[in-house]
Amino acid sequence: MFENILIYFVVIPLLMLAGLGLCRNIRQIRAVAVVGSLALIGLSVWLLVDYLALRAAGETAPMLYTGSWMWFRPLNIHLAVGVDGISIAMLLLSSVIVFAGSFASWKIPQPKEFFLWLILLSTGVFGFFISIDMFTMFMFYEVALIPMYLLIGVWGSGNKNYSAMKLTLMLMGGSAFLMLGLIGIYYHSAPAGEQLTWNLLEIVDNASIPHGWQSFLFPMTFVGFGVLGAMFPFHTWSPDGHASAPTAVSMLHAGVLMKLGGYGCFRVAIYTMPQAAHELAWIFLILTGISVVYGAFCACVKTDLKYINAYSSVSHCGLVLFAILMLNETAMTGAIMQMLSHGLMTALFFALIGMIYGRTHTREITQMGGMMQIMPYLSVCYVIAGMASLGLPGLSGFVAEMTIFVGSFQAGMQDYLAGAGSLRLVFTIIACCSIVITAVYILRVVGKLLFGRVYDEHHLKLTDAEWWERLSTVTLIVCVAGIGCFPNFFNNLINFTFTPEIFSVLGIK
Amino acid sequence: MKQEIGLLVIFLLVFLYDTFMPKNSLKALPVVTTLLMVVFTALGFGICYGGNTSAVAAFGGMYETSAVVTAIKNILNIGVIIVLIQSIRWANGELMIMRRGEFYELLLVTLFGMYLMISARHFLLFVIGLECASLPLAAMVAFDKNRYESHEAAVKYILTAVFSSAIFMMGLSFVYACAGSLYFDKIYNALYGEHTAMLVLALAFVISGVGFKLSLVPFHLWTADVYQGAPTSVTSYLSVISKGATAFAFLVILAQVFGSIYSQVWEWMLYALIILTITVGNLFAIRQRNMKRFLAFSSISQAGYIMLGIIAYNTMGVAAMMYYILVYIFSNLAAFGVIGAIENATGKISMDDYRGLYKTNPRLSFAMMLAMFSLAGIPPFAGFFSKFFIFTAAVGQGSVAIYVLVLIALINTIVSLYYYLLVVKAMFISDDECTIARFRSAFSERLGMWIAVAGIIFLGLLSPVYDYLLDLTADSSLLAYFIR
Repeated sequence: MFENILIYFVVIPLLMLAGLGLCRNIRQIRAVAVVGSLALIGLSVWLLVDYLALRAAGETAPMLYTGSWMWFRPLNIHLAVGVDGISIAMLLLSSVIVFAGSFASWKIPQPKEFFLWLILLSTGVFGFFISIDMFTMFMFYEVALIPMYLLIGVWGSGNKNYSAMKLTLMLMGGSAFLMLGLIGIYYHSAPAGEQLTWNLLEIVDNASIPHGWQSFLFPMTFVGFGVLGAMFPFHTWSPDGHASAPTAVSMLHAGVLMKLGGYGCFRVAIYTMPQAAHELAWIFLILTGISVVYGAFCACVKTDLKYINAYSSVSHCGLVLFAILMLNETAMTGAIMQMLSHGLMTALFFALIGMIYGRTHTREITQMGGMMQIMPYLSVCYVIAGMASLGLPGLSGFVAEMTIFVGSFQAGMQDYLAGAGSLRLVFTIIACCSIVITAVYILRVVGKLLFGRVYDEHHLKLTDAEWWERLSTVTLIVCVAGIGCFPNFFNNLINFTFTPEIFSVLGIK
Repeated sequence: MKQEIGLLVIFLLVFLYDTFMPKNSLKALPVVTTLLMVVFTALGFGICYGGNTSAVAAFGGMYETSAVVTAIKNILNIGVIIVLIQSIRWANGELMIMRRGEFYELLLVTLFGMYLMISARHFLLFVIGLECASLPLAAMVAFDKNRYESHEAAVKYILTAVFSSAIFMMGLSFVYACAGSLYFDKIYNALYGEHTAMLVLALAFVISGVGFKLSLVPFHLWTADVYQGAPTSVTSYLSVISKGATAFAFLVILAQVFGSIYSQVWEWMLYALIILTITVGNLFAIRQRNMKRFLAFSSISQAGYIMLGIIAYNTMGVAAMMYYILVYIFSNLAAFGVIGAIENATGKISMDDYRGLYKTNPRLSFAMMLAMFSLAGIPPFAGFFSKFFIFTAAVGQGSVAIYVLVLIALINTIVSLYYYLLVVKAMFISDDECTIARFRSAFSERLGMWIAVAGIIFLGLLSPVYDYLLDLTADSSLLAYFIR
């Protein structure tokens, strides 16, 4: 079991948990967090290099590094792991954000408990991305959700009790639908008389879910994961939750956990039930189209920095689901890029907001101003994050949104020219508007917060970023710029997954 | 038969020890009883693994035991051991000196009654077991004789128990009228596929009779008051062992006696009962501030989930149900362990008193949190696995109605998560000026808690437990009785 490299993505966090138990003071706790997250980054970079080498050598299996160990024999539940380009991208993203998050919570009170829950959360995240068995996937999914309650409840700010409860219950509500969906998939996972399975690859190979069941199970799983992806009517946990959460938790939650939703929608709902995905995509396309535009509009009128960014996350994550539902290669590549881009960018945003809030003790943009004079480093970082968010070329946001909209437009035009209705075209155009609205709310905040005169003269005494804050932000900025400058590298990483098998499953190519 | 004889031997030893040993050595009685029970349980596992798994009958077929039955008795024994360990401090308290022995004797007698209920293959023996398991419990509920609530609870309990027995026997007389016998197999054959108004009535009476014991809604009204009034050790015994045994006995009579009229008569009754039990139990639990009342309603809804194993109507269902009972024993006893420890040390029992407990007693809070997470079904704790398996088993039944039922049950888990999180919130998040001060619980309490917490953590992750239970049920003939 331990010869498989992927297992170490779960083993390292577990070792970190054990290490935390032995820690006596804050220095040791920091050391454990930093060493562990560095090890995770190292592991995922190594995995990336090795993966690309294997692919270059002509490896064509859909998932590499697969391993499967029997767990519950009667139900055929395995601990099954395997990754493709998408999972590797997600693992990279998660490890970078865990690293940056550890530095962003350098001075957190009660550090031992805080890191305990934070690392438990990341165990769930890593476990989710390496799993290809639906049971273990679901288990890790829930492991990642529950620490949120305590992280927000204990270390949060504002209306934290309400937000923590709302977030936990809504996400668990999603997972209730998801559980029924997964159990339903299990019972149709193999042709009659054969061994049922939870393994996603086998389910896709068998392709035995009857059409009628697909149209029941697809909405179940899609909504289940969609709640975590902040799909329109189920997004209300996100603004409250993010606004109340402590910095590192907002970073991890918006940066990584919300990606679990998009990834799950793609990997489970669409991958195993392509027919239903084709037929029912329009319903969810409308919902996600609404979240893209509605989220952006909400961000325009909020005055709390975290609320603005949380609604912006709703909009951007809506775009991820929107692009996945286009069922078109370009748009789906864009969706994965958007997951990466949004994860890094929003983590950067939340880190900066946390740092500003830690100094000014307010997040109201009406009570701040002229930050560029007071803390130039943080302000410049904020501008960079803002530019990435509104899609400035050279940063990650541009690459992702460009790819998504080109892909969606292709899909829409295809429909339109084939006389299959213009729904996708119309919604692509509507979603495109969000770019403009994004520019409005980003520039509004940048103008009000960073430039202009200093609102409160007490703020003049504030200091600029400390070294650990600089390290945290620089890491994220480098990654954001990296995607922006070398999109082709990531494009190839992701695309290699798409070309041969997923689209043959979906029957597009 | 070996287990019943063993239990009687323990009972006699405890009785003799209590009667004839000098007064100053009686303080060791709780420990002695616990040790005897440990040895007895170990021997019980010996029977389970001893190879002889075929069914053994006695008393002309009135009594029957098999590997599955032995296993469920062992599961109950494990729970009894934890209850005994947790009650040592209470049993050695000032007020208990004069009636320490009676507590253990009564407890063993009720356990004996539960054994009979599970093993009975004739309704006469079943009723003897039922009475044997309920009447002494009323005395146990009244054990805190200086507390008014304890009396009130005991009166409520005895009245309900007698009333439900009466209803149950009314049902039996109808069954006898329909089938002409009280032997399980003869009733089964006589009723095969029948569907008369008389039979529906008979089933309604029988199910309500057992439903009272199991506190299914709408027969649950006694539960909260009795749980609140009884001494904590008795409450934990009542909520875990008594419930687990009755649930299994319920399965046995539904399968072996009425399995032949499953879809004709009682399938829909059970659907309605499950939905009502889970929903009402959950909704009422939300408003409870007294921890024992809170766990009473929580255990009502848990009984609804256990019933899913019966409605599943496949071997996986029976295994999942036994596994659920096992996990539920550990989770609930961890919770009651914490409640008992706090009550013994400070006398406080309200959820509001638990505010800020983490700051003063972190270990107790952690144990309580794990118990709550396990009851709510949060991974990686055992409760997640037991819930997942029981849902999977239920869906395996395959009808559309079961999907609806499971969806309702799943949505209810969200409601239950809400109130379980309220406890976690009180301990970890809320602040209070008059938080319970730091205290050190007794060794026995800590030992019981460690065992329960270890179970919560490892029972789920260690797959052989579930695999073993499923192997057992796959061999058993219990489900061969269901006719659709």
